[in-house]
Amino acid sequence: MSAQSEKLPRWVDYGLIPLLNLAAALLVSGLVVLLIGENPLEAVYWLVQGSLGYSEGIGFTLYYTTNFIFTGLAVAVAAHAGMFNIGGEGQAYVGGLGVTLACLALDHYVPWYVTFPFALIGAAVFGAAWAAIPAYLQAKRGSHIVITTIMFNFISYSLMAYLLVRVFKQPGSMQPESRTFLEGGRLPFIHDVAGWFGIEMASSPLNLSFVVALLACVFVWALIWRTRLGYAIRTFGTNQDAAVYAGMNLSRIIIITMMISGGLAGLMALNEVMGAQNRLLLDYVTGYGFVGIAVALMGRSHPVGIIMASILFGMLYQGGAELAFEMPKITRDMIISIQGLVILFAGAMEHMFRPALVRIFTSRHDDLGQEA
Amino acid sequence: MDFFQTLILTTDSAVRLSVPLLFACLAGLYSERSGVVDIGLEGKMLGGAFAAGCVAAVTGSAWLGLLAAILVSIGLALVHGFASITQRGNQIVSGVAINFVASGLTALLGQAWFSRGGKTPQLPNTARFNEITLPFTDSVRGIPVLGPIYSDIISGHSLLVYASFVAIPLTWWVLYRTRFGLRLRAVGENPGAVDTAGISVAWMRYRAVVITGILCGFAGAYLSIAQSAGFSKDMTAGKGFIALAALVFAKWKPVNALGACFLFGFLDAVGIRLQGTQLPVIGEVPVQAMQALPYVLTVVLLAGFIGKSIPPKASGVPYTKER
Repeated sequence: MSAQSEKLPRWVDYGLIPLLNLAAALLVSGLVVLLIGENPLEAVYWLVQGSLGYSEGIGFTLYYTTNFIFTGLAVAVAAHAGMFNIGGEGQAYVGGLGVTLACLALDHYVPWYVTFPFALIGAAVFGAAWAAIPAYLQAKRGSHIVITTIMFNFISYSLMAYLLVRVFKQPGSMQPESRTFLEGGRLPFIHDVAGWFGIEMASSPLNLSFVVALLACVFVWALIWRTRLGYAIRTFGTNQDAAVYAGMNLSRIIIITMMISGGLAGLMALNEVMGAQNRLLLDYVTGYGFVGIAVALMGRSHPVGIIMASILFGMLYQGGAELAFEMPKITRDMIISIQGLVILFAGAMEHMFRPALVRIFTSRHDDLGQEA
Repeated sequence: MDFFQTLILTTDSAVRLSVPLLFACLAGLYSERSGVVDIGLEGKMLGGAFAAGCVAAVTGSAWLGLLAAILVSIGLALVHGFASITQRGNQIVSGVAINFVASGLTALLGQAWFSRGGKTPQLPNTARFNEITLPFTDSVRGIPVLGPIYSDIISGHSLLVYASFVAIPLTWWVLYRTRFGLRLRAVGENPGAVDTAGISVAWMRYRAVVITGILCGFAGAYLSIAQSAGFSKDMTAGKGFIALAALVFAKWKPVNALGACFLFGFLDAVGIRLQGTQLPVIGEVPVQAMQALPYVLTVVLLAGFIGKSIPPKASGVPYTKER
């Protein structure tokens, strides 16, 4: 038996191993901080202080968390079907088109809660459509989904840049961005919502799409573990041959799963476009789609794990901004490096500590067995 | 300007633009032919470009810069190798991680060491690979057609450009005419058979990954110390992914790689040249359409609408000895 398939207690598999991997990534990050001549412990202090130390910081952390939940769920749903959706980046970008069209069309006439369902559907449909083409090509033409979704990321950059420059740009403006939405196209901020109930909160871009993200987690949990489709998805992901023998339609599962995945990634645009920026911008996705891979891996493709991993990455984003402010030598690029290291240790090398842990835990169980 | 002159100039810039693609594409070819998928070409190029920029700026030697680029790129390649060969981790995830780490660290260290917003210092010509004028350039320029082709397209490039064009036949020879190449291809198609023959799958793949590192180092050095005079933040700008697309487009074959990279370089050059100009019938071609074209072509090819591109059978699959 290899160490990879050896059974470990659940809390080791789902808790200890991700934590050890995270610790390894942070240790290497600490060495990088030393290399540029700064104190890593001070950096950690500002990272935590900036992300959790005060009400506004927490708001920002959860605002970033929202993005990661969506892209993490997107990767997770595809992963349950044994597929790798590396196109979250493009799907989230194109999803913004759906949100923008809904908001531009409606914001003059109706309040936000009427625009909201249209924007939500727009984000999901556009994201799903962008994932549907690679899915179709995988299902019907056998082209590998990883390569096609990467290509579609780049095609989306060109498509969106074209639309922003040629279609959405306001006459007389130099910025390639759409016009700013009116009240009817803006999701309320959480601090506004709290205000309605008389609760005082520091202002931050955290908005209602955070609630949508949490609902999406419930949706994914119910979909994967409580529906026929979810069962089919998991069967397909575990054993394709078994799925065929059970009479499942493989093309259908591939396409539907990828569309759900793309739709979830597309919803990220709700947070950025309708929630925080109130307009369509160039390159607002910048890496959230890719980090979704790490989020799904660390969260073991389970919604609860994804929420926790998203909070972690949200803290890195917000704390990193604070860190760059307090210790100017450590620029925001540090956060990109840390993300990379977390992806490396928690993702690609996730089994590094496993053999040692297997040795520790199996030997202890043997001892117990002898006593009994 | 007449059409012929425009064609010469566009081709000349296509050559320059296709060189980093060519190095990176051949780099990916070694790795993927051995069964290790590499979407981290971008990161290795960036790391190489940064190392070359730094070392050339500090030592004033282009050759030391190139050496540093190769070493850093091999280092990143070995991390990818360790994750995907020894740890049997997910190769896509590892590639994404390398891209992130390279993008973050080069900008961070560049700012910390040189304080120029992530740039390395502007290099003097003595610390770069300069353009080489081949013999008889001036005397043959007058000859119609062939003259300008020789003196404008073939002559007047840096040493690395010529190196990239040597790398293609060399790769072809290594892959199809040496024992190493045979084993490399075999290990990417059927590692079990190679293992049965008593050859270490892991050692073969590690060697392939190191060659990938070397070639990505060349690609990076070309960007920062031949094409430009220094490193700037995220200067690869997706070239590693275009190279990956070219590799798929070339059906993982070295001679096709030349065609694919030159095609994508040419599209890039045409896109730059067409910016803001009105064409008859179709009007102005948006620059974004030209930028997206390589990816669209690759997707179309991959879907089997024009020929069929089939990856090495074992690529992306970690090898586990039978138990």
